[in-house]
Amino acid sequence: MTDLTTSAPARPATRADPPARRITKHTLLIVFGVVMIYPLLWMVSSSVKPTEVIFRDPSIWPSQFDLGNYTAGWTALEHPFQHYLWNSAVIAIASIVGNLLSCSLAAYAFARLEFRGRRILFAAMLATMMLPIHVLIVPQYVLFSQLDWINTSLPLIVPKFLATDAFFIFLMVQFIRSLPRELDEAARMDGCGHVRIYWRIIMPLSVPALATSALFTFIWTWNDFFSQLIFLTNPDLYTVPVALRSFMDGQGETAWGQLFAMSIVGLAPIFGFFLAGQRYLTQGLATTGLK
Amino acid sequence: MSDRTGSRTIRSGLRRRESRVAYGFLAPWIVGMVVFTIGPILASLYLSFTDYTLLSPPEWRGLENYQRMLADSRLHKSLLVTFQYVFVSVPVQLALALGLAMLLNRGVRGLPIYRSVYYLPSLLAGSVSIAILWRQIFGSEGLVNQLLAKVGVEGVSWVSHPDFALGTLVVLNAWTFGAPMVIFLAGLRQIPSMYYEAASVDGAGAVSQFFRITIPLLTPIIFFNLILQMIGAFQSFTQAFVVSGGSGGPADSTLLYTLYLYERGFGSFEMGYASALAWTLLVIIAVLTGVNFLFAKRWVFYGD
Repeated sequence: MTDLTTSAPARPATRADPPARRITKHTLLIVFGVVMIYPLLWMVSSSVKPTEVIFRDPSIWPSQFDLGNYTAGWTALEHPFQHYLWNSAVIAIASIVGNLLSCSLAAYAFARLEFRGRRILFAAMLATMMLPIHVLIVPQYVLFSQLDWINTSLPLIVPKFLATDAFFIFLMVQFIRSLPRELDEAARMDGCGHVRIYWRIIMPLSVPALATSALFTFIWTWNDFFSQLIFLTNPDLYTVPVALRSFMDGQGETAWGQLFAMSIVGLAPIFGFFLAGQRYLTQGLATTGLK
Repeated sequence: MSDRTGSRTIRSGLRRRESRVAYGFLAPWIVGMVVFTIGPILASLYLSFTDYTLLSPPEWRGLENYQRMLADSRLHKSLLVTFQYVFVSVPVQLALALGLAMLLNRGVRGLPIYRSVYYLPSLLAGSVSIAILWRQIFGSEGLVNQLLAKVGVEGVSWVSHPDFALGTLVVLNAWTFGAPMVIFLAGLRQIPSMYYEAASVDGAGAVSQFFRITIPLLTPIIFFNLILQMIGAFQSFTQAFVVSGGSGGPADSTLLYTLYLYERGFGSFEMGYASALAWTLLVIIAVLTGVNFLFAKRWVFYGD
């Protein structure tokens, strides 16, 4: 919790705010925050209650504490739960590597190089950023089934190595443009080619943008359900979201406690990355809205 | 003369070389765009005029799929549900985002903690886990009804009532106001404080400062958030799918466009019809975005 308070200097309260108003404001903010976070806390607390209790105990302080839901839920599906965590992790990590490499290459060209067709290509990049996956999924499915890639993780990974997440190109272009050009020019004087400038100068300086991209890639891939549902229909290949869904359809209604427990296991990595990297998550998001 | 042409050829030679280098850097992205974006868009346009089930080659059917869309009452229901969802949930979400950003902006003590608490749900909300939680919370014996029972109100099963099921999804989307709020906060911070100081000197109160300084200077950010969240809302799938158990029910009341597309394409493998649906979605989003940009000229204020 300490890094939450130190991540940004708290600005002194405005002098104009009289104490009464300040108290009202904080009360409002706290009440609202509790309403926001209550469902999550209740879910955590319910995960250690027996299922019958979940239906009559709205408090977030567990009356009983029992990790049985976790142990039973872990093995309730065809494979133990680490199997699905592993499947998800492989896709998420490969996606991070793919996005960082391919998007930063394209971003370097857009931010630093002069070339014919640059404006048109940049506009095309922005347009693809807004394109919903649902528009592409049918022909992509046809393509992948002809390649015999259905029920492999390739449809989820290969596109990332070809910079299909244009949002990250945009984010990195914005960032690289803010770096002083003198650095590359000095390196050029010393006879460095673009590949070396990209790898030795721009990439190390772009760590904040790369971290933001890595975190968002992780969260989006980890949460992604739509494409994993479509491309992974073999239970051996299920990722966490697809496994949770099949858990719910199978026996969930009678085993809410276990379902909650495994849902929390599924959320835990995101929560962890949020705590560790929230500076990058908030700053990265903030810069996308500003010119 | 020869000197000048010489230097020009060197310069244009350099530029040509830089172009070649640039295309080298862009190569993965260009390949990806052609294979995974442009190719599929064109392919789905073609497929939308065919009957195709993956088992046999596509058969040309002309406008048949589009004619079928005109008569498809579930599609019409699905369009209605989607528009209701987008046009209610996005304004609610953005109003909350702007309101909380305003409250947090003026140097509140503990800002980082508040920001974290409000922002966290928007990172989690897309997951199946949260959709499962929502299904319980708004179920007949869920958290909401347990709390209502404490004050003596007997609730219904919100997720299985055709009048309320979509509402639970609107609430879930409102719960994600943290992401646009963070963008609003960054925008608010860019408004120079001298504007407010000058306005105070001129005797402008808080309300008139809000409407005459904050809102006009924030319109580009409001516009950006509006476009982003609107496109995002059209793409909602996971929550409606999980909360309704994959059916879009009860009585198709949560049958978002994406769910119907999934059902046609991957439930019954009508790839031709699904392609026509996908193209129509593309046109709808493009038209709405275009209309937004047209209207933007009237209300978005881009400084100087």
